[in-house]
Amino acid sequence: MPLTNSLRDDILAAVPSLRAFAISLSGNADRADDLVQETLLRALANIDSFQPGSNLPAWLFTILRNLFRSDYRKRRREVEDAEGNYAKTLKTQPSQNAHLEFEEFRSALDKLPQDQREALILVGASGFSYEDAASICGCAVGTIKSRVNRARSKLAALLYVDGAEDFGPDETVRAVIGGSGG
Amino acid sequence: MKDLKQASKSTTPGKGGLTPEIQSRIGHQLRAMYDDVVRQGVPDRFAELIKKLDAPGGSPNENGAGGSNDNTGRD
Repeated sequence: MPLTNSLRDDILAAVPSLRAFAISLSGNADRADDLVQETLLRALANIDSFQPGSNLPAWLFTILRNLFRSDYRKRRREVEDAEGNYAKTLKTQPSQNAHLEFEEFRSALDKLPQDQREALILVGASGFSYEDAASICGCAVGTIKSRVNRARSKLAALLYVDGAEDFGPDETVRAVIGGSGG
Repeated sequence: MKDLKQASKSTTPGKGGLTPEIQSRIGHQLRAMYDDVVRQGVPDRFAELIKKLDAPGGSPNENGAGGSNDNTGRD
């Protein structure tokens, strides 16, 4: 369909969640914004292929996800500055405890296989249905469900389960997180 | 995933062998991380990008602002 004003508004309205998705996937704010920009350009260039009345956010997320994956294959994730870089994007600096907890969560998320991480983010944070997430990732609904479950299990093992010392933070950090309640 | 059997230190395990408590904690942290970015809204660079592309004949590689269209009422 042509780029109407209302479609343009809808695309703009999707930008905040596209950014959140991109940062969650890449762990790098600058790269995430480049991804979002590339996604918008692609979307607008291919706007004719968007079916009016279909799910615009899902369509945009699909573009971003595919861009991220093709980019990912080309160059390995730049893990080194991910956390510091992300922290700069926060509007308010979190308190020390919250910051530790956040960093630990972020780093556990980064340890998930990419398939599981994207499934968990789409369903658990973006709020897509399993069906939409499956369509975004180009796989079966059952596959998404099992990826989400495995992602949750692995995060739990990394973050909360005794005996995960090999992956987890040291005792001090865990004590802080355990004590900070919820 | 075998480690998960040890996860049942409180209440009953839910889906995927996780306790409801741990599930909700993961969900909470995930959304906190995500929503923090969502709350930042639309950065100017994207608002401008879409505005430019919306202009007649505009494209990001041209000076999208006015385009070369005559019927915009400009002299």
